[in-house]
Amino acid sequence: MTMASSSPSSPTATASHQARGERTILSVPEHTVEVVSDSGEGAQKCAQIFGRVSAKMGNGVWTVEIIPAEIQPPARTPESASGNRIRIGTRPVTNWGDDANVVVAFNEQVLLHRHRLGALAEDAIILIEDQWATHDDPDIRKAWADAMDELGARPYRFIHVPMEQECLTLTDSPRRGKNMFALGLLAWVYSRDLDKIRELIAQEFRRKAQALYDMNVALLELGHRWAEEHLDFRIHVPAIEADRPRVVMNGNQALAMGAIAAGMELCAMYPITPATSASHYLSDIFERFGGIVHQAEDEIAAAGVAVGASFAGKVAFTITSGPGLALKTEFIGLAVMTEIPLVVVDVQRGGPSTGLPTKVEQGDLLAALFGQPGDAPHVVLAPATMEECFLCMTTARRIAEAFRCVVIVLSDANLATGVQPFPRPEVNEQWLAQSPDLSPVREGLRPYEWDRERGLSRRIIPGQPGGMHTVTGLSHDEWSHVGYTPDVHERGCVMRSRKLAVFQQMLKPPQVHGDEAGDLLVVGWGSTLGAIEEAADRAREEGLAVSSLHLRFLSPLEPGLKEIFRRFKKVMTVEINYSDDPGDPYITEENRRRGQLCWLLRAQTLLDIDCWTRVPGEPLRPGQILQAIRAHVPQEVSR
Amino acid sequence: MTDQGCSLLSCGLEEDRELTMADYESALARWCPGCGDHAILTATQRLLETEQLPPEQTVFVSGIGCASRFPHYVNTYGFHGIHGRALPVATGIKLRRPDLHVFVVMGDGDCCSIGAAHWVHTTRYNPDLVALMLDNGVYGLTKNQTSPTSPKGKPSNTQPRGAILPPMNPLSATLGVTNASFVAQTGDWVPAHLYETLLAAFRHRGFAFVRILQRCPQYTTDLFEGAVRDPGLIELLVHPDGVSVPELGRIYKNQVRHDPADLDAARRLAEADGKIRLGVLYRNETLPVYEETRAVPPRSHAEKLALLNTELDRYAV
Repeated sequence: MTMASSSPSSPTATASHQARGERTILSVPEHTVEVVSDSGEGAQKCAQIFGRVSAKMGNGVWTVEIIPAEIQPPARTPESASGNRIRIGTRPVTNWGDDANVVVAFNEQVLLHRHRLGALAEDAIILIEDQWATHDDPDIRKAWADAMDELGARPYRFIHVPMEQECLTLTDSPRRGKNMFALGLLAWVYSRDLDKIRELIAQEFRRKAQALYDMNVALLELGHRWAEEHLDFRIHVPAIEADRPRVVMNGNQALAMGAIAAGMELCAMYPITPATSASHYLSDIFERFGGIVHQAEDEIAAAGVAVGASFAGKVAFTITSGPGLALKTEFIGLAVMTEIPLVVVDVQRGGPSTGLPTKVEQGDLLAALFGQPGDAPHVVLAPATMEECFLCMTTARRIAEAFRCVVIVLSDANLATGVQPFPRPEVNEQWLAQSPDLSPVREGLRPYEWDRERGLSRRIIPGQPGGMHTVTGLSHDEWSHVGYTPDVHERGCVMRSRKLAVFQQMLKPPQVHGDEAGDLLVVGWGSTLGAIEEAADRAREEGLAVSSLHLRFLSPLEPGLKEIFRRFKKVMTVEINYSDDPGDPYITEENRRRGQLCWLLRAQTLLDIDCWTRVPGEPLRPGQILQAIRAHVPQEVSR
Repeated sequence: MTDQGCSLLSCGLEEDRELTMADYESALARWCPGCGDHAILTATQRLLETEQLPPEQTVFVSGIGCASRFPHYVNTYGFHGIHGRALPVATGIKLRRPDLHVFVVMGDGDCCSIGAAHWVHTTRYNPDLVALMLDNGVYGLTKNQTSPTSPKGKPSNTQPRGAILPPMNPLSATLGVTNASFVAQTGDWVPAHLYETLLAAFRHRGFAFVRILQRCPQYTTDLFEGAVRDPGLIELLVHPDGVSVPELGRIYKNQVRHDPADLDAARRLAEADGKIRLGVLYRNETLPVYEETRAVPPRSHAEKLALLNTELDRYAV
C-alpha cells in the first residue's frame, strides 16, 4: 500500500511528541496492530483480548483474523501465519484499514508473509522474537538472515524482543505462553487497562484451572514490565465514552444470537468454513433457549431437516457457505414451490469449488439469486456490519413467515470472524416467533388461497383439524393438487412472483452516504460498507464529488435506485468478486464479465454501470478503493 | 369426511366418531392397474383405521417416483418432496413435532440410490417413524432404468444388455448400520402379512424400516412372478415378537422361527440365498430415539428475553 506516508495514523506524520524521560508518546486518532505467529501459538487469543479490552475502554475497534488454511501448517513458514489485525480508533472503526503500524511477530517467516502482502506501513514498528537470529540450527539462522535482508528493503523499525527467553523464567513451555507476554507488550504500548485484561483472561481460563489463569496473568505482567523497561515509545489512541451500552462480538456470534432473538428453534447444519463457528456458538447455548442444532449427514439433509421442521410449523434455519449453498439448491427450489418459510444463511468464502475456505469473497450473489432451476423468486439480503448480522435474522424470519418464502442471508468471512463493538440490542418480544396456530381450519380453506393481487396466502400447519393436504414440488393449484395445464403453472408462477413485488413496495429507498448528486457514486453491498464509506469520505476530502450507496436487499432490489443513479455522472460498484478489467487482453466492452452486483444493477436499471472488483482473499482496504475512485471519477470534471 | 376440506370430525366437534377406511381416502390412485402400490395403500389405510390415527395428526412424506405419489392418495397431511430426500424432511418434522405420526414412503431409487446417505444416517438417528421402501427393482416413473436393486442381467433402457452389477441388499445394508432398530420385509401380494408388518412397524418405538417387495406390471413383471405363483419360494420368519399370521400357514409351508432380538441371526437371514424371507428380521426398542434424546424444555417468550439479556451481558463492553 502506498497510503502509509499520508496516513493520519503514522507517528512520523502527525504525532505530538511529549517527552517523558526519553520516551516518545505518539498521540494518534487511530492505529492498526497486527499480531502474527505460527498457527497454534496463540496470536489470535492475544489479539482478541487486545481488541476486546480496547472496546471496553471505549475505543472504536475492528478486527480481522489472519487464518492459515490448515490446522497445523509447518512451523516457521510464511503459509503458517496466523493472527489478527486490530484497528483501534477514537471514533468507531468500520473496516480493517490499510497498513499495520505496529506488528508483534513470533518469527520472521510469518512477518515475511505480511510484508509480501503489503500489509505493513512503511514506518511500521515491528516487535519481533529474536531467538532465531542465534538459533542452534544453522538453517534457521540463515532463514532469519535472508528474511532480514528482504525486509530491509523497507524502512521498518525493528525492536528485538527475547520473548521465549523471558517466558522461560516463568514457564517450561514458553511456546504456549508467549502470546500473553505479547499481550503484555501491547498493553504497555497502548496503555491498556490491566485489570480489564485480567478479567478477560479470567473469562478465558479460570473455568479451566486457576493455575492456568495465574500463569497467563504472570506472563502478561512480565511482558508489560519488559516493555516498560525497554521500549522508548508509547502510543495514545484517545477513547470517547460511549453514550449507549455496547456489546462486542464477531458476525457469526451476532448471527447466532440474532437467530435466537428471532425465536428460531432449529439450526440444521453441516460443518463448513467459515459458517461453522456460528453453529459452535449455538451448540453451546441454544438448548437453554429451547432450540437445538442438528448436525445433519450432509448439506442437503440439513436443508431438508429445516424444511421439514418449518413445514411442521417450527421456525428453522440452515447455515452454510458457498459449496453448501450449491448443494441446498434443490431444497431451496422446493421451499419456494411449496411456499414453506425458510431462512438460509450463506457465510460466503472464496469460490468457485472449494476455493478459499477461510477467506472472504462476495462471490455467491448471483448463485443466491438465480441458483435454482425454473423461476424461483425469493428474498436475498446482506448484512453490512456485525450489528446487522444480529438484526437481519429477525427481519429474515419475519419476511419468510409473512410472505411464505425463502430468505437467503448473505454474510461473509470478513463479517464472520471480524469483531466490532455495536450498540447493545434492546431485546424485543415482537422479534420472537409466535407458536404455531393449530386451531381447526375453516371449511373450504385452500392450502394456497392466494390473494389474487398479492399472491399471499395463509399457511396451514400439520395438526390443524380440517386442513389436510399434500404439499408438492410439482406444479399445483390452490388445493395443492398436481396440475400440468398451462393455466395452473402460469398462475402458480405469477402468485409466487407477485409476493416479491408486494414486498419490494414495502422497502424504503436506500440512503446515499455523502451528497445526493455528484460525479461518482460507489455502490456496494455486504461487509465492504466501512471501507467504501471511508474511501468515499477521503475522496471528498480531496475535493472529488464522490458519494456511496450500500444495498441491504439484493432481491428484490430496494426502490428508487434508478433515480439515485441518474443524479451521478457515473455509477460504479465495488465488490469482492471477480470481474474482467477493461484493457486486459481479449477484454472488450462486449465480452467483459462484470461484478455480480454490477451485472444485476445493469440488468435492472438499463444504466451503464461500471465496476471495480478484486478477489484478494482479504477485505478491501480503503486506500485501494480510494485509488480506484480516483481512477474512475469522470475525467472531464475531476481536478 | 368430505372428499376435501373439513368434516365435522376434523373440526373437532364430534371427537368420538370412529374413523373408517373412507376417512383416509383422498384422490383416486393413478398407479398402473396391477401395480403393487395399490395393495400397499389399502393396507396402510387399514392400519390408520385400526390405530384410529387422527388425520390431522398424521403426515406422509415421500420423495419422487411412482411410490412417492402415495401422500396424494391418503387423506392426512402430506409432503411430496424431492428425489431421495424424504427422510431428512421427515426427521425435521419429527424432531420438532414429536406429537405427529410420521410415515415415509419411498422407492428403491429414492432410498438406495440418490438418498442412500439419508437412509444410512436416519437409521442411525433412529427417529420414531415408519419408513416404507417400496422396492420394485426398477425406475418406473422415468420409464425403465436400472435401479440399485435390479437383478443382475435384467435389461433396461440404461443397461440394455442387462444390469451390470449385482443388486444391493437393502436388508443387510440397514442391519449393518449402528442403531438399526426395526428391519422387516414383506410383499405386496401377501396382504395379510403386509398389514401385520405395517402394524408391527407402526407400534415399534424407533425407526421402522420396512422393505416391501412390490410388483411392477410394466417393467419388472417377472421379478416376483415366481414367488407369487409358488409359495414354496417364500420363507416366513415367525415369532411372537415378530409378525405371525396363523392363517398364512396353510399356504406358506416354509416357516422359520426367528427371534427378532437376535441381530446376528437377522444378518445371516438377510444374507442367505435361496428363499425370499418375509417377516421381522430385527427389532430393538431399547435404542435411543433421536427426537427424545434431543428434546429440550420449551421456553416462554419472557424466559427467552431474560436469557437473551443475560447472554448479551457476556458481550457487554
